Amino acid sequence: MKQRKHNEQAHEPLVHITKNAAMPFWKSSLIRVAAVVLAFLFCSLLAAVLINAKPVEFLQEFLKGNFGTNPMSANLRIWNLVKDTAILLCIALAVTPAFRMRFWNIGAEGQVLVSALASAAVVFYFGKYFDNVSSGWLLLLMLIASIAAGMIWAIIPAIFKALWNTNETLFTLMMNYVATFFVAYCLVKWTPDGSSVLGELKAGYLPRVGHDYLLLVLIILITTVFMFVYLYYSKHGYEISVVGESQRTACYIGINVKKVIVRTMALSGALCGLTGFLLVSALDHSVTTTSVGGRGFTAIIVSWLAKFNPFLMIISAFLLVFLSKGASQLATTFRVSFAFPDIVTGIVIFFVIGCEFFIRYKVHFRFARKRAGAREAAGAAAGTQGAPGELPAEAEGKAAVIPDKGGKLK
Amino acid sequence: MAQPEELTFFALELKGISKAFGTIRANSNVDLELRHGEILALLGENGSGKTTLMNMVAGIYYPDDGQIFVDGEEVVIRSPKDAYKHKIGMIHQHFKLVDLFTAAENIVLGVNDGSRYDIREVNERVRELCVRYGFNIDPKEKIHEMSVSQKQTVEILKVLYRGAEILILDEPTAVLTPQETANLFSVLRNMKKDGKSIIIITHKLHEVLSISDRVAVLRKGEHIATVETSQTTEGMLTEMMVGKKITLNIDRTEPHDTVERLRVEGLCGVNADGLTALDDVSFTAYGGEILGIAGIAGSGQRELLEAIAGIYGPTAGTVTYRDPKDGAEVNLRKKTPLQIRELGVRLSFVPEDRLGMGLVGSMDITDNVMLRSYRSGRLMLLNRQDPKKLAEEIVKELEVATPSLRTPVRRLSGGNVQKVLVGREIASAPALLMAAYPVRGLDINSSYAIYNLLNQQKERGVAVIFVGEDLDVLLALCDRIMVLNSGRVTGIVDARTVTKEDVGYLMTKSHDGAAKEGFISEGGGEK
Repeated sequence: MKQRKHNEQAHEPLVHITKNAAMPFWKSSLIRVAAVVLAFLFCSLLAAVLINAKPVEFLQEFLKGNFGTNPMSANLRIWNLVKDTAILLCIALAVTPAFRMRFWNIGAEGQVLVSALASAAVVFYFGKYFDNVSSGWLLLLMLIASIAAGMIWAIIPAIFKALWNTNETLFTLMMNYVATFFVAYCLVKWTPDGSSVLGELKAGYLPRVGHDYLLLVLIILITTVFMFVYLYYSKHGYEISVVGESQRTACYIGINVKKVIVRTMALSGALCGLTGFLLVSALDHSVTTTSVGGRGFTAIIVSWLAKFNPFLMIISAFLLVFLSKGASQLATTFRVSFAFPDIVTGIVIFFVIGCEFFIRYKVHFRFARKRAGAREAAGAAAGTQGAPGELPAEAEGKAAVIPDKGGKLK
Repeated sequence: MAQPEELTFFALELKGISKAFGTIRANSNVDLELRHGEILALLGENGSGKTTLMNMVAGIYYPDDGQIFVDGEEVVIRSPKDAYKHKIGMIHQHFKLVDLFTAAENIVLGVNDGSRYDIREVNERVRELCVRYGFNIDPKEKIHEMSVSQKQTVEILKVLYRGAEILILDEPTAVLTPQETANLFSVLRNMKKDGKSIIIITHKLHEVLSISDRVAVLRKGEHIATVETSQTTEGMLTEMMVGKKITLNIDRTEPHDTVERLRVEGLCGVNADGLTALDDVSFTAYGGEILGIAGIAGSGQRELLEAIAGIYGPTAGTVTYRDPKDGAEVNLRKKTPLQIRELGVRLSFVPEDRLGMGLVGSMDITDNVMLRSYRSGRLMLLNRQDPKKLAEEIVKELEVATPSLRTPVRRLSGGNVQKVLVGREIASAPALLMAAYPVRGLDINSSYAIYNLLNQQKERGVAVIFVGEDLDVLLALCDRIMVLNSGRVTGIVDARTVTKEDVGYLMTKSHDGAAKEGFISEGGGEK
């Protein structure tokens, strides 16, 4: 056998990507934390370039936005941070069961809004019959009305999906607009002066326990625990996972897929209803077309970032609220557009999602590495030059320009 | 034929090829040589890395390490396009054809040689190729009108049209009947005569012995040896493949105390496209025997089993189950799987699509074992204790190789996935056990473990329905064989007396003879 010809142009591709083995939890967590830190560094650089904020100031404003500057404002700010995290978490909990079933419900915005409207309507029409602003009966009535409204809004697309396999994403999205205009209609009807501003309702206040927001936070924490158990340890949760993974498996095992879809969306809607009730009874005491303010959509990100795990959602909800508050403060101080917080949030999310790539895959670069060994053998055999691993930049460049030359046929 | 100068090099040479997927080493440090004008069989069990290795030659994957030489020159193959440039073509196991295009249109698709697209010229060239190698294909026929073996022919033509000198065929006989296989082999011999170098991937020993010049054996991603076919035997090859001496026999006992368990009468049904899937299927399955179902893929096997299991709704006919205890008969048709279970029908079903139907890939073994039984208990909460015990038992009894019970089944190898599924289905003490292609993708040891399990069930008086593709196995394992052909029963035969050729004939007979055959039989008898 004659000596094989070693091919100088036969370089491996510049980068190639291989799948990574399952990573230990600590390592993947480290990568995720690193991604957040990197994102912050990147944002601070961006801020330095775009709005002349020094990185130190950037950080300061972020902390100020979330934790305030003096003890008085700190108390207020921190409670606000907790409250906003809790509400966002609650909506995220609501969308999660459907997501685990791969039912892409993006209608939480509308579901929460109609629930808030339902609570407000109860107070508007029946509030005057109750003496106590925190009457238990009135609150119960509000809760039932809200949950019913949220469930109806969620079940409609679910039924269509179950019976006729309509696209749930478009359907739930459209339901959001219906909800918005329904609220607008009610507001016009309820305000004889035509202002469409309902003003603060006079009844239906969630009782104050310890702090204005404490009861709200407790309710949502209990819901979180409940959802965790429901999703991971109940028969229903198990069915949701099976349906989500493979409807054929579900059929094979005798799960009624249609029933599970409708039931799960009913639960989603009910949780949206709870959120709507809390918004009216504990926070806003009113309703407007922007009561939910896009949190129905942000919650989707919260749920995804946490991989649909209710406990991890506490972290992701906190991260998003923290970002938006800090960046808002920055925008105020530096008098820039309020689009800036959105940019910062977007960048951080991009980094966090992007880092998943590095958890799942490994990237190999052409340089040095194993080629060294192969080269040594081939080099020695063909009597060509080159120390192992030595790759002159010039040769590298040539190879990149004419990568296919080596593949030319004789 | 070839120049002596060129003969000094191998047509294809692999040096130290390695490839890993995550922690799984699909190939490690494989050396392989293909001579000019030879047929090399690449033999190995499923999961031994045969296809991965060839995919690297065909440009589907890129090796982590190692070199590839074509005619003695090192080449880099980054894409299938690069592979064609080096005159390497691969015929994949799953055809990649556009159904609505003609054979010629499919063949020319993606060819970009700078010349004007002229379908008449393409037709002409395809015809030339057909004459040269003995294919019987009309270039103007649409793919969807073709039989499986004709589609395979188109795939081969596609590669030849691109001027490939090295052809790689990935398990080409898996979808063919014995007659079609013989035709394919005669075509391969014609190509060899023409100087082409061919690699054929397979795990069927008798095929290796009948077609190849040399055999390269892979085991667990490593190259064990390459031997001259004329100097080896089935026993030697098996030993190299498995790594130890094993005796392969299926212990078939005479059925005794058989009782009628399932009676299917006049079952008809259509598939999702409204085409006939089942056409007046009638048969009886008895407890204490194994009824085999043979047929070309897609002849209605899946619909039949799913109809019995209540997953698929037939349009006519009855499915009558007779209870082993009191002989009471129930009609299972128009019942959901849940209703069937609630009736006390002890029916177990190992579906063809393990991860898509029988199991949930992302769930761990315990949760998968729980699929059948999770409803038990009054509480809303799951009871994972009993399923966990059962999972431990299955893992131990069937020797499932898994890091832990908490590993998602998707991460297990095909054989272990199948053991979990079969283990679960048998654990519910069935009276009727249906298994569709239960050994597909399994290594020899696992396959025989599954056959033994089926035989044990038969001994216990279970009515076993076994849908298989390997006729040798069907003949050795079953008591009776029912042959399905385009949704119709073309025969129910005694597995002890029937020949492979007879079954093959029943599998294809309503296809109007030679006109539908992919290859002409000329030279089929040639040694």
